[in-house]
Amino acid sequence: MTINSKYHRESRLAFWMLAPTFAVVLAFVVFPVLWNLWISLKPVSLADLRGDALFQFNLSLDNFQKVFSDPDFETVLLTTLVYTIGGSLLSILLGLMAALLLNSRFLGRALLRGLFIAPYIAPVVALTFTWSFILDPQLGVFNQFAVNHGILAQPIPFLSQRWLDLGIIGVGFRIPLALFSVILFEGWRYFPFAFLFILARLQAIPDEFFHAASVDGATPFQRFFHITLPQLATVLSTLFLFRFIWTFTKFDDVFLLTRGQAGTKVLPLNVYDYAFGEFNIGASSATAMVLFGVLAIFIFIYFRWGMRIEN
Amino acid sequence: MSREQIEHTIIRVLRIVGILFFVLMVAFPFYWMIASSLRPLEEILMNPANLGLDFRKIDLSAYYNVLFDHGFVRYILNSLYVSIITVALSVALATVGGYAVTRLRFRGQSFMSYSILIIYMFPAIVLVIPLYVIFSHMGLRDSVNVLILVYLAQTLPVALYMLRSYFKTLPLEIENAGLIDGCTRFGVIWRIIIPLSAPALASVGLYTFMIAWNEFLFAFMFLDTPDKFTLSRGVVQLAGSVHLSKQLVMAASVLVTLPILFLFLFFERYLARGMTSGAMKG
Repeated sequence: MTINSKYHRESRLAFWMLAPTFAVVLAFVVFPVLWNLWISLKPVSLADLRGDALFQFNLSLDNFQKVFSDPDFETVLLTTLVYTIGGSLLSILLGLMAALLLNSRFLGRALLRGLFIAPYIAPVVALTFTWSFILDPQLGVFNQFAVNHGILAQPIPFLSQRWLDLGIIGVGFRIPLALFSVILFEGWRYFPFAFLFILARLQAIPDEFFHAASVDGATPFQRFFHITLPQLATVLSTLFLFRFIWTFTKFDDVFLLTRGQAGTKVLPLNVYDYAFGEFNIGASSATAMVLFGVLAIFIFIYFRWGMRIEN
Repeated sequence: MSREQIEHTIIRVLRIVGILFFVLMVAFPFYWMIASSLRPLEEILMNPANLGLDFRKIDLSAYYNVLFDHGFVRYILNSLYVSIITVALSVALATVGGYAVTRLRFRGQSFMSYSILIIYMFPAIVLVIPLYVIFSHMGLRDSVNVLILVYLAQTLPVALYMLRSYFKTLPLEIENAGLIDGCTRFGVIWRIIIPLSAPALASVGLYTFMIAWNEFLFAFMFLDTPDKFTLSRGVVQLAGSVHLSKQLVMAASVLVTLPILFLFLFFERYLARGMTSGAMKG
């Protein structure tokens, strides 16, 4: 048997071993993206799904025009960016704090590590309903407890009020309350992801670095800022990129918490609202294409920059 | 006191405060979910700020109600079916695929790795509308088996990627001995690779289970018939229909959460490792 025919046999076997995976990915990931492009260029309503109208060749950019000329488009985009950046940063900050707390050995550390991952493991429906219940103005434990103990003068509708006026030392300002609450939830639910990566990186920093710095007279805070933080720079920026990509396209959390009400409408919710609120599948697909475009830019950044650092 | 000692004291205090803060922040919602599901409805309505749980007044009627009057027995079975089939297919295909990628020579190997990573970052919201359209057109949308195929597409690339990294660490000598002794490739996978990879297979299986069990968006969009609902879909349905009965919604939330938390506590060692090797997204 020649080497060449052995190679041919191997590659044919490899092809068949990978064929099912390729078939599934082609059918349920690659095809939908192309099909989405096709729909986004056609006038398709929810009522057209059964007929042959889906395959007619009547392409135009009308759907994109509708999406971009929507008077709320800029607000939605801004909300999406605030939600994405706020949620990503908060989850990474909490993850960093948790990782630093659990970096040294102590009794019960493994238990705490397990506990800290729970928000990320539990199903999103259960967590959003529980938080909605805790924050409910009438029946929620948070508001009732705070009002009973004189911490709050009146209950705060965290998830259903757009603005909250605050006054600190005579200076009045207002915060987008519901958006703020949704960002807090995002930070709470996804900090375990950052926590695990940062903890793994922390434990890979050689002890000699710290010993050497101690010998040179560096105090704990100095050691943190001059050794730990620079060592974490790569993992923190990679985490931000990943969290940004996933939060930008996240639908479940905001949909289940607020349905996009009270100033929390983000772009992925527009995909749903166009399709099932206005029965306009074409505009829905066009919105998904916009999301896909932004995502493609970030995936490109990841491959140009992130991969190099990871290797 | 020197600066070193002062900072050490500050750090010790911050650590205790910080750990208390995190424990409270993480554990309280889970405690509250369970406590509220066991409390009589009048108690929730009359006394919403009562933090304790009175063990003499524990009321299991919410669970009875949710399981038998709201169809959750059926939803649990559906969720188990969807998750277990997804795990079985995903682990089997990823094992064979991972073997091919690490042990066989063929063109396009590096292309494989890149495309897996791209798919890993792909969001469900971009895929859900086109899939909704095509499955509606074909009349296949309202089906748990279609749901399984969609979940398979979500989990298989990542499962393959994880197993690929693990297979790379296995020594080739045993396999070569097996091949020389006349084992087929599939014989090698079955007799050598699988027994050596038990921890990696367990962690891939758990992740796949978790993704399928927790999934919300596709189940919400695709399933119309209550008999086909998965648990997540069922909880949303219930919350929409019994708006004020928080006790029922919390009992349903406990039913969907506890299995996954128990699995996770049981296999915690495998999970933390799997997570940092790219098993989870979202």
